Amino acid sequence: MGEVIVITSGKGGVGKTTNSANIGAGLALANKKVVLVDADIGLRNLDVVLGLENRIVYDLVDVVEGNCRYKQALIKDKRFEGLYLLPAAQTRDKDAVSPEQMQKLCSILKEEFDYVIIDCPAGIEQGFKNAIAGADRAIVVTTPEISAVRDADRIIGLLEANELNNPMLILNRLRLDMVKRGDMMTIEDVKDILSIDVLGVVPDDEVIVVSTNKGEPAVTNLNSRAGQAFNNIVNRILGQKIEIMDFNRKDSFFTAIKNFFKLKKA
Amino acid sequence: MLKSVLNNLSNLFKSSGDSGNIAKSRLKLVLVHDRADCQGDIMEALKNDIIQVIKKYVELDGDLNIEISNKIASDNKNDSAVSVLCANIPIKKMRKVSVN
Repeated sequence: MGEVIVITSGKGGVGKTTNSANIGAGLALANKKVVLVDADIGLRNLDVVLGLENRIVYDLVDVVEGNCRYKQALIKDKRFEGLYLLPAAQTRDKDAVSPEQMQKLCSILKEEFDYVIIDCPAGIEQGFKNAIAGADRAIVVTTPEISAVRDADRIIGLLEANELNNPMLILNRLRLDMVKRGDMMTIEDVKDILSIDVLGVVPDDEVIVVSTNKGEPAVTNLNSRAGQAFNNIVNRILGQKIEIMDFNRKDSFFTAIKNFFKLKKA
Repeated sequence: MLKSVLNNLSNLFKSSGDSGNIAKSRLKLVLVHDRADCQGDIMEALKNDIIQVIKKYVELDGDLNIEISNKIASDNKNDSAVSVLCANIPIKKMRKVSVN
């Protein structure tokens, strides 16, 4: 019996889909059988991030409406043995699926797969309710910005109200240079505010843009910091104990002196 | 030229790279409100209980107004924001009660 993990955030644009794609691909590289479910009906994107957009025949709504068998809708990723995508419908809206239908679908999928990763849409409405309905655990993605962390806090409350206790946090797009000069919240700050466990920290990295451009998950690129970070996240999901990289804020006075001389020179 | 140097100096002492901390303390304030708002019924129950206790000693003039607000507590070493339960109690007069 597999596990259903929903990847959610509240705020849009913080990296739910990128994280879903990389976690899914990473788990498949670790010889797990994985299905990625795009629950963002009407605004599907997991297909393009994975580079599988040309192979869609049936989608999630077709499956729940019984237009096809679920196996017909699954797209096998030829690059990663054991990785499958169940794409969202693009021309329907969130109401096309109910939480009960999602629950049923998840219970079928986890019979066959080790991991069912659900990419949740932004927001707290119907799409969110659908995405979390069949989940066993939740991962909350946020960036170190006030708006994203605030929304993450709201999402954590809603997850717990729906009995998805102890969600784990991924802090995405951390900029080490900004943290060092004191202009970005640190991992500790965010952890302290949300009081949840950190599953991983992904540094801001151009590699993500490049790999998304190409439709190739960055987790395969272990020379990149983001790729390493995703790999660590995958290993932690698999139960390994791996330390979170330490990115503590440096003495801001020293940084200020340095900046002062830099500015003067210019 | 002099102006820019002065500007840089003032920036230096303002500890320019501090917006991370500003974000953290602002966020803490916002979240206290957000979290409190989710529990309207609890606040109502708390208010009713407080009224029951106060009525034993004080005659109230109008409604009791309570809210959770945030302030920097002066005795708080970290100078971080803490949430404070504020009750506004309009008193008509004290009751004559004997305390044994």
